[in-house]
Amino acid sequence: MGVLILTPEKVARLEKLLHDYLIAIGVNLALLIDEAGNILVSVGQNEEVDVTSLAALAAANFGATNQIAKLLGEDDFSILYHKGKKDNIHLSKIGEDVILVTVFTDEVPLGLVRLKASQVAKEIQAL
Amino acid sequence: MALIDLKKKEIYCKIVYYGPGRSGKTTNLLYIYNALPDKFKGKLLTIETKGERTLFFDLLPLSLGKIKDLDIRLQLYTVPGQALYKPARKIVLKGADGVVFVADSLRIRREKNKESLADLREHLLEWQMDIHEIPLVFQYNKRDLEKMGIPILSIEELQEDLNKDLKAPYFEAVAPKGIGVFETLKTISKMSVRYIAQKYLK
Repeated sequence: MGVLILTPEKVARLEKLLHDYLIAIGVNLALLIDEAGNILVSVGQNEEVDVTSLAALAAANFGATNQIAKLLGEDDFSILYHKGKKDNIHLSKIGEDVILVTVFTDEVPLGLVRLKASQVAKEIQAL
Repeated sequence: MALIDLKKKEIYCKIVYYGPGRSGKTTNLLYIYNALPDKFKGKLLTIETKGERTLFFDLLPLSLGKIKDLDIRLQLYTVPGQALYKPARKIVLKGADGVVFVADSLRIRREKNKESLADLREHLLEWQMDIHEIPLVFQYNKRDLEKMGIPILSIEELQEDLNKDLKAPYFEAVAPKGIGVFETLKTISKMSVRYIAQKYLK
């Protein structure tokens, strides 16, 4: 267990990446969180959404699903997707400890979100 | 895993309330939530529960003061105590920076306290944390039941059962009345922040 330190420069770079890849294609909200449920970076419209709770629940959701994966003999499920009537949420693992959470409406194609999410994941890992 | 955000000048610290089922972990959070003014607290999140049990976790974000120029943000979590929810407990414990062990003073719950502590030790190890190293505070809850003639464990017995080799600070508590609740919180938050600061400064 270590301590993760976010410098202003790192935050700015991460925010820019999330903007360029995800907000640019119409995603409403993109968060980077760690597996403990802390928010590292959040961009997009988040006035109405309680992002603290969202991060905690998303991390727990990921953890719970990992346990299901283990029951089935998988290591983990690296992508989760939940579909709502209007809003959808997509969770993907980046590296060991970070989860990318994106919230988007039906107007944004899921395939595009998945593509951009995997592209941005590579860039983030490179940081 | 603690998080220090130098852009927002915030330090995040995760504190988990652990202990056997029905020992009063959620009651601690509820008391803190109700006692603090709005500017210090976030929304209390509880996942739909069956009866009075916690099914997954409760979360209460707090902001308490500053060290140097960093705002301290505490995230208080509880775990489901019942043996059945073992995987959920493990998940919530991930990345904890401090643990409060809420023990049940009821004599008939003696074994449950010990089992739960063993469970905590095991889960911490699974996340590569040592129970001797992580900040830990004991809270011996339900001390008021003695007056009602219900058999409870003495402090000496609880210390002997749980805290003999850990030698962590402990507090007597009556969580629904708030007795011992803030003392526990104050001590664990101080210990956790100091723990993070030490790691950070290294």
